[in-house]
Amino acid sequence: MTAEITTEKARIGAPSIAGFTEEGEGLVSAKVDHSHNHGVTVMSSRAERLTSFDVADFALPTGREEEWRFSPVRGLANLLSDTATDLDPDPAAAFTVDAPEGYVRTPLAHGAAPRGTVLTPADRAAVVASANTDEALHVVIPAEAEPAEPLRILVHGAGAGRRSNAHYVLEAGANSRSVVILEHTGAADHNGNLEVIVGEGAKLTVISVQLWEDDAKHLAQHDAQVGKDAVYKHIAVSLGGSIVRLNSNVRFAGEGAEAELLGLYFADAGQHLEHRSFVDHNVANCKSNVLYKGALQGKNAHTVWVGDVLIQKQALGTDSYEKNQNLVLTDGCRADSVPNLEIETGLIEGAGHASSTGRFDDEHLFYLMARGIPEEVARRLVVRGFLNEIIQQIKVPALEERLTEAVERELAATEN
Amino acid sequence: MSTLEIKDLHVSIDTEQGTKEILKGVSLTVRTGETHAIMGPNGSGKSTLASTIAGHPRYKVTGGTITLDGEDVLAMSVDERARAGLFLAMQYPVEVPGVTMTNFLRTAKTAIDGQAPALRTWTKDVKAAMQQLRIDADFAQRNVNEGFSGGEKKRVEILQLELFKPKFAVLDETDSGLDVDALKIVSEGVNRAHAEGNMGTMLITHYTRILRYIKPEFVHVFVDGQIVEEGGPELADRLEEEGYDRYATGAGAATIAAAAAAAQA
Repeated sequence: MTAEITTEKARIGAPSIAGFTEEGEGLVSAKVDHSHNHGVTVMSSRAERLTSFDVADFALPTGREEEWRFSPVRGLANLLSDTATDLDPDPAAAFTVDAPEGYVRTPLAHGAAPRGTVLTPADRAAVVASANTDEALHVVIPAEAEPAEPLRILVHGAGAGRRSNAHYVLEAGANSRSVVILEHTGAADHNGNLEVIVGEGAKLTVISVQLWEDDAKHLAQHDAQVGKDAVYKHIAVSLGGSIVRLNSNVRFAGEGAEAELLGLYFADAGQHLEHRSFVDHNVANCKSNVLYKGALQGKNAHTVWVGDVLIQKQALGTDSYEKNQNLVLTDGCRADSVPNLEIETGLIEGAGHASSTGRFDDEHLFYLMARGIPEEVARRLVVRGFLNEIIQQIKVPALEERLTEAVERELAATEN
Repeated sequence: MSTLEIKDLHVSIDTEQGTKEILKGVSLTVRTGETHAIMGPNGSGKSTLASTIAGHPRYKVTGGTITLDGEDVLAMSVDERARAGLFLAMQYPVEVPGVTMTNFLRTAKTAIDGQAPALRTWTKDVKAAMQQLRIDADFAQRNVNEGFSGGEKKRVEILQLELFKPKFAVLDETDSGLDVDALKIVSEGVNRAHAEGNMGTMLITHYTRILRYIKPEFVHVFVDGQIVEEGGPELADRLEEEGYDRYATGAGAATIAAAAAAAQA
């Protein structure tokens, strides 16, 4: 049954995207209805996926595996190999941490808690990153703290093709309120894990920004555990890089917690931008919302979103929603969109999902121009409006402005 | 006082079977304050005329002219035509993802007027116009036409007509798909815009029922890409009784066309 569903879902991302289709929605509804009608729970395959700290447990992917089938694995050989960070003549990626005094702690060795308590590598990329990072950056936002400025971790790649491994551990103390920006620039083959522990009642926003140069490659696993009554927001913004694949996962440590996983991506010709999200409702009375929005333009621009939500048997009162929307601006692009919803209990507040891939085509353009709007303005209007829903969630004005400008630059490239 | 003049217009489209001529020499003049009804059976080319005036890229003008106060409309891009004062209320308004009605209306108004409207009065104007057309206030925050019903889309077209204040409005089967109540609301909107005295109207329709609410001074019957008969409102009454059968294509149509031409002369 699982294999059958998989084949069916693959069609959601079929390259022919004429007009506005809700094909994904229909197919997935069919899947959910199917399980409901027969009173059978969808197999909890997502929960059973292998996680391990041992590199040997993960074979090199061939591209046929469920979790790699959309990825250009051939271009990822360097990133998937069990290789140390390139330090010659300098580290392949430079790290700068901008945080209040005392927040940055002594780095964590393998097995030194809290490292490894939340993030266990779930694929080959994450396991080699973990194995090849002997000292993990450890940042702690003290309990009750409310730093006035966002914390920043800047990762700057020193050269395309140079291998870099990283593992960061981020703890938000109980009842703290903070924003952490993880920013990637330059170029490298960067493999980065982020492990986040959100304490009770804390409010933490993590914004991972991929403003890489064109020849950078980046694989990432970001795992968070959200404490009782805590609020966690993860925003992935991927604009640069030739291949970016970021998996944002979350689970809960207590009731009353909320998680919001957001994403924005803009793929140009030849770019592969992949985002996977997984919300594991393992605790009762928690809330989650997933929204990823992407724009695509140019030949072989490829985006992937796979959104998994698992509502476990004990997670009564869960309220969850996930949605992916793509806007295709030119011919020759491909947007894959796969929402997966597994529900093991009916006693929930809500579990919704939606996926749509729309096309900005000549008819849209004609309509807007027929109202006096010049072509260039029309195009911007559509894309800006579409992506703004995510940008305005960032709530760091300087970063919002930078990202708006970056999106404008992407758009300017369309017009040439 | 403005004049929209269409002279001997020939228009073709590319089909899989090759180029097909849809308009075969159409001449029509509309002046400020006038309402012209263009009536005809399906497939007669009425909508082609509307889309050609707006500049839809699908329609290729192979002969003739369209001028607005002497300016060559055919030389203008689609957005230039709108800014020059032409407005097409579309038969099938498209859904535009990602753009809210509010944002869209303001951007279009700014483009048409060459300057941003004063925010306070603009917001008030939009609200009032929406109310008169019985459009829910929450539509302002929804994306353009996204998830609107057929009737809602038509009302939103007329909302734009009222807000943008064009010199000439071409209403392409605005009545289709509307129930009686919606038809009345939409017609009232057109009449309000017309009553301001600065607009000429081309009302394209298959049926006569909208003519109960919007009164044309001129009626043109369109068959097979040509105007075959012209007259006053009484012609519409006759069409209501007799339908288009007597314009059946072939020899009869040619005779009627000749008669119409003679009557005009």
